[in-house]
Amino acid sequence: MAFLSNMTRSEGDPTVIKSGPSSFSASDRLARNLGWFSIGLGIVELIAAEKVTGALGMRGKENLVRAFGLREITSGIITLSVDKQAGLTSRIAGDALDIATLATAMRPDNPKRDNAGLALLMVAGVTFLDIVAAGANTIRHTRHIGQRRNYGDRSGFPTGLEAARGAARKKLEDLRGTPGDERPTAKKPAGSVTE
Amino acid sequence: MRALVWHGKEDIRCDTVSDPEIEHPRDAIIKVTSCAICGSDLHLFHNFIPAMKPGDIMGHEMMGEVVETGSEASGALKKGDRIVVPFTINCGECDQCRRGNFSVCERTNRNKDLADKTFGHTTAGLFGYTHLTGGYPGGQAEYLRVPFADKTHIKVPDSLTDEQVLFLGDIFPTGWQAAAQCDIEPTDTVVVWGCGPVGQMTIRSAVLLGAKQVVAIDCIPERLSMAEAGGAITINFMDESVVERLNDLTDGKGPEKCIDAVGLESHVSMGQPDTLLDRAKQVVMLENDRPHVLREMIYVCRPGGIISIPGVYSGLVDKIPMGQAMNKGLSFRMGQTHVRRWTDDLLRRIEEGQIDPSFVITHTVGLEQGPEMYKVFRDKQDSCIKVVLKP
Repeated sequence: MAFLSNMTRSEGDPTVIKSGPSSFSASDRLARNLGWFSIGLGIVELIAAEKVTGALGMRGKENLVRAFGLREITSGIITLSVDKQAGLTSRIAGDALDIATLATAMRPDNPKRDNAGLALLMVAGVTFLDIVAAGANTIRHTRHIGQRRNYGDRSGFPTGLEAARGAARKKLEDLRGTPGDERPTAKKPAGSVTE
Repeated sequence: MRALVWHGKEDIRCDTVSDPEIEHPRDAIIKVTSCAICGSDLHLFHNFIPAMKPGDIMGHEMMGEVVETGSEASGALKKGDRIVVPFTINCGECDQCRRGNFSVCERTNRNKDLADKTFGHTTAGLFGYTHLTGGYPGGQAEYLRVPFADKTHIKVPDSLTDEQVLFLGDIFPTGWQAAAQCDIEPTDTVVVWGCGPVGQMTIRSAVLLGAKQVVAIDCIPERLSMAEAGGAITINFMDESVVERLNDLTDGKGPEKCIDAVGLESHVSMGQPDTLLDRAKQVVMLENDRPHVLREMIYVCRPGGIISIPGVYSGLVDKIPMGQAMNKGLSFRMGQTHVRRWTDDLLRRIEEGQIDPSFVITHTVGLEQGPEMYKVFRDKQDSCIKVVLKP
């Protein structure tokens, strides 16, 4: 994309010659792919619920599959956002629901039991990926990495905090102060004051 | 040269790109000696501000040495000059620049037509900050072309280090303007929401401008420790009620001056249900920004008070209590920073030792570590508050 966008650069502006290391890690990429997968699966469940239930021997549960489709799309959108951990967590919870629902299709009298078994296996695989992605992203993006420091010694005032208080208006106050008035007020807006 | 390049949401790369060239007689090229990652760069990192294109060079806090000048810039600049570059590009000649409103310069946005349609009227061109504001390549790079360089620069003396003056280009004047536009009086309580780099500069500015008390609000302990060192009374909003504590500190009357140094990505938590709703709306593009801080400021501010907004907002916000704001007679002051309006005065304060802005730097790394540092800064890892990059 960057190389394509080079064509739209203003004349003289730098263009990308060679791409280097990225802030977007493998775990971010896995989460993004799972997000798109979630949206794709959700759309299929929404618009082809009859075919899904027919293939799994779960006729009569079309509305449930559509609801699962909505859930998948929502999870996918969240997973694609900057709150990907929340999206991945919701995907894992959704996987558990999928597994529980598919388990009901594994009954001996279901003629499509083999399909349901295959679907169960696929969901288990995706669940594994969701858990890996959620774990990796939690580790990578948690705040509790590195040192915890206290910056209590960083006032930013080389002559000390007390000397700094009101220093930007002090000279003006000295000029305007009246006896007995402990904190004379400069009426001029403080930001426009120069000593 | 090497540069940090935007390739999409959360995807910043340290790429090899072609060198910048003089495009106009008023241009100059600088060799960047120091640059920084700004909190508002994270809005681009998250793709919350529209009109970025893959291949855009990031960065609007930078300084360096002049290595080439156009014919019309050579009067003001010469090779070897050491300059800080303001993030707002200004021509110095238009009606707005003559009034000191440099961030709304009428001539420097080269995508003026787009800006006119989006904002109603164009604002100034900005470095590394979307094509709405000109699409100018940013300064997280080894070299930078500075348009309108004869006006868009701050010369700095060799006696000061890069770290002392770098922030003249953005966060120091931004914090100063946020405090200055509050018209601080010695009896005022000034409250600063957000203790990131701009918040820290705002706190110091309010102290220097003589506020009776400065209160800082955040939830990150190391940021609160830095705020306290700068003279602020701190409130961790995860531990206590902001409204109750501010009322306690002001005899129940509320603070006179409230400053939003957070902007469009306010913290989302279960304890603040409106933030959850905002986040959900943001995900499905029903709202651009999360304005929790604005709502809270309007609620707690003393009637007749001032709301100052240096934090960046990108577009549409929901559920702003204008009834409260109108009935309480609040004044709103906001905008991108008119950097050059303040920098001569602020440079003098640094030279005199009144303030040393380098206190805010927590991490200094090479440019090649920039992509990783975006993540560290965004996730607030390793007690990170401000990252300086050395190309």
